[in-house]
Amino acid sequence: MYQYNSFDRDFLAERNAQFRAQVERRIDGSLTEDEFKPLRLMNGLYLQLHAYMLRVAIPYGTLNSAQMDRLAFIADKWDKGYGHFTTRQNIQYNWPELRDVPDMLDALGEVGMHAIQTSGNTIRNVTSDHFAGAAADEIEDPRPTAELLRQWSTDHPEFQFLPRKFKIAVTGSPNDRAVTKAHDIGLRMVRNEAGEPGYEVIVGGGLGRTPMIGKVLREFLPKADLLPYAEAIVSVYNLLGRRDNKYKARIKITVHENGIDTIRDLVEERFALLRPQFGGVDQEMLAWIEAQFTAPAFLKASVAPFKDAYHHDPVFRSWVDTNIEKHRNDDYAIVSISIKKQGQTPGDATSEQMRVMAEIARDYAHDELRISHEQNVILPHVHKSHLPAIHARLREVELATANIGLISDIIACPGMDYCALATARSIPVAQQIATRFDELKLEHDIGELKIKISGCINACGHHHVGHIGILGLDRAGVENYQITLGGDHTETAEVGQRAGPGFAYDEIVPAIERIIDAYLELRLNEDETFITAYRRLGMAPFKAALYPEVKANAA
Amino acid sequence: MSKPFTPKVVTANALLEGDVIYLTEDDQWSRSLKDAEVIDDEAHGDLRVLFGQSQPNEVVGVYLIDVNVTDNGPEPKHFREEFRTKGPSNYAHGKQELA
Repeated sequence: MYQYNSFDRDFLAERNAQFRAQVERRIDGSLTEDEFKPLRLMNGLYLQLHAYMLRVAIPYGTLNSAQMDRLAFIADKWDKGYGHFTTRQNIQYNWPELRDVPDMLDALGEVGMHAIQTSGNTIRNVTSDHFAGAAADEIEDPRPTAELLRQWSTDHPEFQFLPRKFKIAVTGSPNDRAVTKAHDIGLRMVRNEAGEPGYEVIVGGGLGRTPMIGKVLREFLPKADLLPYAEAIVSVYNLLGRRDNKYKARIKITVHENGIDTIRDLVEERFALLRPQFGGVDQEMLAWIEAQFTAPAFLKASVAPFKDAYHHDPVFRSWVDTNIEKHRNDDYAIVSISIKKQGQTPGDATSEQMRVMAEIARDYAHDELRISHEQNVILPHVHKSHLPAIHARLREVELATANIGLISDIIACPGMDYCALATARSIPVAQQIATRFDELKLEHDIGELKIKISGCINACGHHHVGHIGILGLDRAGVENYQITLGGDHTETAEVGQRAGPGFAYDEIVPAIERIIDAYLELRLNEDETFITAYRRLGMAPFKAALYPEVKANAA
Repeated sequence: MSKPFTPKVVTANALLEGDVIYLTEDDQWSRSLKDAEVIDDEAHGDLRVLFGQSQPNEVVGVYLIDVNVTDNGPEPKHFREEFRTKGPSNYAHGKQELA
């Protein structure tokens, strides 16, 4: 993976020193809050409901064990012994004190991490496929592209005050695990007729108040044109994007109001001007970055211990069947570590759990870890012979839950338990749903199902693209939860449809249960997943299950 | 007749810790809602917010919340403010930790 050079290290040290001075000037009264706020936001520091929150970028979700250990150290030294992994592959600390934040940033800088542009109207942390470099279906590792974009966008002088925040996601696989169609720019690696790799460029996707599926701006962009083309898109948006209305300021609205064809013409025009200015330095940088993302030296060893354990140990077998994905090397596996044991907060890991995951990565997994947008931790390269030992170690710290892709593998934003913008809680709803279906022992029978919960209309919990989406709102001073059905976060992305009136806090879990009961009754067989059944049947039978009294009254 | 005034309390977050705080009658900031000054009139409320805002080196984000006056002192009307008096529901962190 990418290692910081002296330029990166000097840049971070200088930036952190600047922020340290800004914090001091805030505390001694030289800066007002209005002056300080944009500065702290550019460095990832929010003020939430109960405390400050520091959002640390994990660029394209990739970490090594030293970095994970450092995250654990920070959690213990300056927070409450845990961290929250987010849907944008960041980690959030919920309890830092203002004076400590510069020290936290220095501690991050020592392992090549930062919180730059994790907030503010800038280009945010570039996200990617959490299986990058390991997936069997991959055209090319998307991470060098993501790193190039990170370097280009960090402190880019033209793009520090965009109309609104700007999010880029990259996938190297046809199976889209990076939700590229719900980003301001989504890049999908594709090949042209000559077999050369390049990008399909998608623009104007986004969730939030006005959910939109991204539109294709360019079907094939040669790899070498990436930065000038990205710069053309962002600069067109920078000029054209609305600054009069915060709710209409994202590029999805710019694309919607001007039309994709107009945007394309403007981008191509700007691209023609910019292209000659990129004289090849970017490609030299890319080659240098790519050289740091070489595949690990794969072990050649027998997988017999794995087969033996799989045969004899039913708990291990269940975990393998649920949490393991196919690796491009047949003797290897991709392990998803669920940090969502039923009843726990989705995305939270204790410092002890972080240290164990770091240790496993060091001992068994080529020192690599990933954070997924689904708020789990991935070991991308594991020789199958190591799986039994890894499973045993994970069990000791409650990290061996076999629920990846199942009903308790819920995405949930922090909601009103932490977030100042939230209109309702998300975490306890996720905890209760997971606990309920675990008690019913129905989870594995239900099979693949994505529940995604947001505690406000901004949709950090991706509810629009959940098979079942839950949106928490404040209705006349009471928490109220709206259900959407049929959303899809993959390459066939779709925004879910609202089922009807919302449910009170104590009604939402029974409502989800009625949907699931209806699905179990209506599915053709065990192989028909919830989303397939929904597509076959439509909203009607699920609506009838959700609102039985309406049906009774109409009869 | 105008609508009866809903009793209010001035709240903010502490600059250094970020913790939720309330303005007391003797111009102090308390971590406990029980200690807060209950405001019964709109003009006085405006004045107290201005007073809060005049201390930018101690507090951030000063605003008024609606409260019910009970035997246990003021209690928030809105659930968001109720959460702010305690802390998150997934861990016993924040104010409930000290309670």
